[in-house]
Amino acid sequence: MDEIRILTPNGSIGSGFPEELFAEGMKRNPQAIAVDAGSTDPGPYFLGKGLSISNKRMIKRDLEILLLARDKNNIPLLVGSACGPGTRSTLEWTVNIVKEIAREKNLHFKLATIPGDISKEFLKNALKQGKVRTFESAQALTAEEVDRAANIVAQMGVEPFIEALKSKPDVIIAGRAYDPAMMAALPIMHGFDEALAEHMGKILECGSMAAEPSSGFEPILGTIRKGYFLVEPMNPKSRCTPKSVADHSLYEERNPVKAGLPGGTLDLSRTIFEQTGRMTRVSGTKFVKDAYTLKVEGAAKVGYRTVFIAGVRDPIMISQIDYLIAEVTKNTKAFFRNAAEDFRILFHIYGKDGVLGKAECLKDARPFELGLIGEVVAKTQELASTICGYLSHLSMHLDYPGCKATAGNLAMLYSPENIDAGEVFEFNIYHLVEVESPIALFPISFEEI
Amino acid sequence: MAKAVNIADIATIIRSKNAKPFLFTLDIFFDNLEHYEKAVKSGVINKKLIAGMYQLENEEKVEIYNFAQAWAIKITIPRAVASGGIGDTDIYGAQQHAPLYSLKIPI
Repeated sequence: MDEIRILTPNGSIGSGFPEELFAEGMKRNPQAIAVDAGSTDPGPYFLGKGLSISNKRMIKRDLEILLLARDKNNIPLLVGSACGPGTRSTLEWTVNIVKEIAREKNLHFKLATIPGDISKEFLKNALKQGKVRTFESAQALTAEEVDRAANIVAQMGVEPFIEALKSKPDVIIAGRAYDPAMMAALPIMHGFDEALAEHMGKILECGSMAAEPSSGFEPILGTIRKGYFLVEPMNPKSRCTPKSVADHSLYEERNPVKAGLPGGTLDLSRTIFEQTGRMTRVSGTKFVKDAYTLKVEGAAKVGYRTVFIAGVRDPIMISQIDYLIAEVTKNTKAFFRNAAEDFRILFHIYGKDGVLGKAECLKDARPFELGLIGEVVAKTQELASTICGYLSHLSMHLDYPGCKATAGNLAMLYSPENIDAGEVFEFNIYHLVEVESPIALFPISFEEI
Repeated sequence: MAKAVNIADIATIIRSKNAKPFLFTLDIFFDNLEHYEKAVKSGVINKKLIAGMYQLENEEKVEIYNFAQAWAIKITIPRAVASGGIGDTDIYGAQQHAPLYSLKIPI
């Protein structure tokens, strides 16, 4: 095989893509369609709850186009991190959508599913054996934290996909996966350079974000050959330029030239980007092999949240906002002192330092208006709701120095003003685990649909 | 004497984003190679300055990367609170770059 062409419809299933641009991509006769379907970016809630980050209607819309196209051309479709955190629950949810589409469109295919969940027993054993590495979270993992996690997944590499591909499935739906793995699997299986395949995957997995103009909602085609690969946006009005592709190396990455992945590090320090028509030709990327590690992600519940949203327009109130916040916080903590360990009070003051907090550099700004979010996180929803009710009422009516507006301090936005926001999670596991086998933790099952 | 210009006058992109849940990464793309090289050479963007700007106690936690192929400087810093944890105010880390607008680069 001289080359492999991989078509990626967008940066994430469920975000939509123009059907006609995808059809352009299919005209290039790709050997596979590969797409990412998940992310940790929307925060720990989805992993904690085991819920999709996208709505079913959008996922179904995108998947239907992909399933029909793969059926017509008889090529495999690879989907990773389905759909969101890539837990067993979201994987099954995605597979149910796939089956629903198959029934409605009378499609038949061989389906492979690969869950990415990690058992607590496995992780605790790895911990005992000193196989767990601390990195970006800067917190060493403990057995208690493992037990606290609601769900734990590991980002699988290309190997489980390659293992599945050996049985020639038509569709692979996988749980949590390293984002480029779906795009890199087929080329690596056919002996193309691992570094180039992974690098091509890193570019493709964001859709046409590496193009100019940039769009994560548009398809992109990757063509890998011996010694280099080409990336080309399917929108005829866009181009991949050496600059736009190099620029993309920085996106959401800690380091522009070194990226850790299962089994080693991708080194872009000697990568060459060259223009070829509307495409960019990429070569020179290296893969430095290391002990095989998997990135493990877990989320734990930390409580329940209730919030209130209000505006402040009175200039005297604005000048006394720090006083108000300090007083109502102190007073509420004193009132609920018997539950002191069970709740936290937070305020977010937009117009002052709501976004940057202590890093805010404009300390003396005099805003004409403030947006205020009062927040209580407590052990139960009932407690959060009760305390937030007390807090919002007090914030509304507390007297402050110089007050002339004695009828109320806040412009409450909603009725009811206190909004129960449900469970709150945090990422409590984000570690590397050394494993002997890249595939042993990811059991593959096949089904004829 | 070189004159100093506002960074926004010579940068085409100034942005921030999560680099996974525990880090913020700040990217500054310059409008040409010459301005990129002057910015790097000036040393204006350094660990001490960034640590002060983002109230980080340990400046060794600041990572700065110069990437000539994209005429870009990347700065990566730890988050005070991981994405979506209690007290986080920017889940995607998309608005953390604002203090960088105050930088002046001698050209």
